[in-house]
Amino acid sequence: MMAQIQQEKDRLNLAPKKFNMWIFLFTSFMFFMALTSGFIVYVGGSKTHELTIKLPQIFMYSTGAIILSSLTMFLASREAKHLQFAKQRLFLWLTIFLGIAFFVLQVFAWKALIDMHQHLVNPNASISFVYVISGAHLLHILAGLLLIINTLVKSYKNTPQVLNLYNMEMSSIFWHFIDIIWIYLYVFLLLNQR
Amino acid sequence: MSTLAVHDHHDGVEHHDHDHGHHHKETFISKYIFSMDHKMIAKQFLITGIIMAVIAMILSILFRIQLAYPDKAFPFLETILGRFAPGGRLDANFYLSLVTIHGTIMVFFVLTAGLSGTFSNLLIPFQLGARDMASPFMNMLSYWMFFTASVIMLASFFVQKGPAGGGWTIYPPLSALPKAMPGSAEGMTLWLISMVLFVASQLMGGINYVSTVLNMRTKGMDLWKMPLTIWAFFLTAILGILAFPVLVAGVVLLVFDRSFGTSFYLSEIVVQGQVMNYEGGSPILFQHLFWFLGHPEVYIVIMPAMGIASEVMSVNSRKPIFGYHAMVYSLIGITVLSFIVWGHHMFVTGMNPFLGGVFMITTLIIAVPSAVKTFNWLATLWRGNIRFTPGMLFAIGLVSFFISGGITGIFLGNAALDINLHDTYFVVAHFHLVMGSAAIFGMLAGVYHWFPKMFGRMMDEKLGYLHFWLTFIGAYLVFFPMHFMGLDGVPRRYYAFTEIESLKQWLSVNTFITWAAIMSALAQVAFLFNFFYSIFFGKKATQNPWNSTTLEWTTPVERIHGNWPGEIPTVYRWPYDYSKPGAEEDFIPQTTPYSQTMTSNLPHDFEDNPTGLTQYNEWLKTQKVQEEVK
Repeated sequence: MMAQIQQEKDRLNLAPKKFNMWIFLFTSFMFFMALTSGFIVYVGGSKTHELTIKLPQIFMYSTGAIILSSLTMFLASREAKHLQFAKQRLFLWLTIFLGIAFFVLQVFAWKALIDMHQHLVNPNASISFVYVISGAHLLHILAGLLLIINTLVKSYKNTPQVLNLYNMEMSSIFWHFIDIIWIYLYVFLLLNQR
Repeated sequence: MSTLAVHDHHDGVEHHDHDHGHHHKETFISKYIFSMDHKMIAKQFLITGIIMAVIAMILSILFRIQLAYPDKAFPFLETILGRFAPGGRLDANFYLSLVTIHGTIMVFFVLTAGLSGTFSNLLIPFQLGARDMASPFMNMLSYWMFFTASVIMLASFFVQKGPAGGGWTIYPPLSALPKAMPGSAEGMTLWLISMVLFVASQLMGGINYVSTVLNMRTKGMDLWKMPLTIWAFFLTAILGILAFPVLVAGVVLLVFDRSFGTSFYLSEIVVQGQVMNYEGGSPILFQHLFWFLGHPEVYIVIMPAMGIASEVMSVNSRKPIFGYHAMVYSLIGITVLSFIVWGHHMFVTGMNPFLGGVFMITTLIIAVPSAVKTFNWLATLWRGNIRFTPGMLFAIGLVSFFISGGITGIFLGNAALDINLHDTYFVVAHFHLVMGSAAIFGMLAGVYHWFPKMFGRMMDEKLGYLHFWLTFIGAYLVFFPMHFMGLDGVPRRYYAFTEIESLKQWLSVNTFITWAAIMSALAQVAFLFNFFYSIFFGKKATQNPWNSTTLEWTTPVERIHGNWPGEIPTVYRWPYDYSKPGAEEDFIPQTTPYSQTMTSNLPHDFEDNPTGLTQYNEWLKTQKVQEEVK
């Protein structure tokens, strides 16, 4: 009996689950480090392997959108802590909107690349890297959006505040992380432009 | 408060009732299939691992037959393999597939998932005093992803062109060009899908292990009171978390090359007289990404085995492990160093000799923590009260293989020597001893030792001894001669190298190795029978059959949900109080407070406990007074 109750308590012990998210960030971080290190090794191989194009301007706008979304995410967290649930939902909606905007802008950036005749299939794989790196990041954005939608849907239902805060925290840890990762990736690519 | 109240209420009504059946209904499916209980998941990993190991072993026997009798036809091969052995002779491409899948299954499915999956899941909650993993659901998902990955890997035997054949390292360009050979076609696609699922499974498992170790230890269990098994699993999980994503990145780029026509790894190349559409890629890039995982991977394989061996040897020597802190620090050293040595797999890629020198130095430094561990094991055995249980024998076997395989690592780590020995049987001998046999022996030691914890019954000892001696001698007979073949320049992975004039004389050795391999394979029948028979009909185990100090032996034999019927026990001491002078028995469980073992306490037991020390000194004084009175 005691074990049963204790186990229920363990199930509700959310700290280890939050910790899981932090460790997951490490795996994700290593994945992007591998891609960017691969880029460095590839570019270092020969002069013809350098990233000779100018990255489309649209990446600048998408970066703006995702930075803004981090801000709205932060505000949503703050309102959740202050029990302002209507405002929390509003900011979550804004974050989702900005996240989708980021997604769309990234796709437009690919289109801009294609218009520059810089295709994914390219004898200079450093350009293929731009596609793969931003594509892999977009998959993370998709996952992040799903997390935020989950938080939002549950906030409309009768969720206990502890769980609401937990959902909020899980999704914002991940969202801020992929925001920072994108800034890292973008700056990395900008610095490698020749 | 409410917890207490409910507890009291039920205490009177159903005091001895540990059956939770009426609370959350355990159906067959939720208990045995989609179980979220760490003990059941451990058993699922173990049995899947054993099945995969048997399959990989049969594959190895098949290609050993080809190596021993390259000119003979065996009609039964055609019967069982069909188009892969036309006329009773193994197809050359299928031979490559056999080698590839044998390696993949053994390294990833048996010695990574089967070993870590089983023992991390079983022992982390047990030895730390937790009810379950941090996220039981993720744990379940981890097993089922592993299972799916296994099914996909085996399914590749049923596609037209056969399984992947580029070696377990799947180097491009061979693996990146589906037309390059049959083993690079659909089989390789399935291999890649399977491995992505496998990595996802390992990451979920690993995240859980790390999180559980850091967050869910019972009261009193600080990091320095953890058994070495837990330290090993913990560091292994960290290695996996940092290394596996890099493999995924490498594999993603490979998938783009294979399926979308990019040129990450592919350069100008002609396949079957046809100029391919690739330019400027770098196959070496794949090797960097692969070995950045691949080298930590071999430590992912051996470190859990080391942890198990440390624990089993200490218990069965009835002695504290020699140099507990040194053991932990050397595990940490191995963990850190394993990330900066990957280049030693690439000495022959035209690497800058200076860079090769750097990788050589880092590689040779790993010999230091490895030697520390080896000497500590030997010192643990030294003058111990040794009980040669089957588990103990396998743990000692690990040390033997680790020494004899590790020594050749020092040869291979030297860039100058490696250029000669690269891709010869010397390498095959080296890694089969140092990580293959050693890790398998660690795993078997764990199975024999913790079988009573998993199934509540004992395995048969006599069959265990038979299994050990035949396997131990067999493994040496198989792998030792390979050193000499490698020194003579016999290349690995060749279908029929004895057709080469200068290597003809090795045919007799090949035949000998094959028969030794068949003998050790048959020895596994003893294990399989023992294992499955004992699950149902073995001798009933007592609660603590090995007189061990660690927490898992304080749980009831029935293995209930939540592990401990009442409160989780508190831990007061380190896990290696064996044969402590002055103690009543030759082991003191971790749950025994120092106040109950006054006669065996020592001043250094109270290093960070000044009140305890004062009390201990006072007690000493009263003892002296009493003696004077006498």
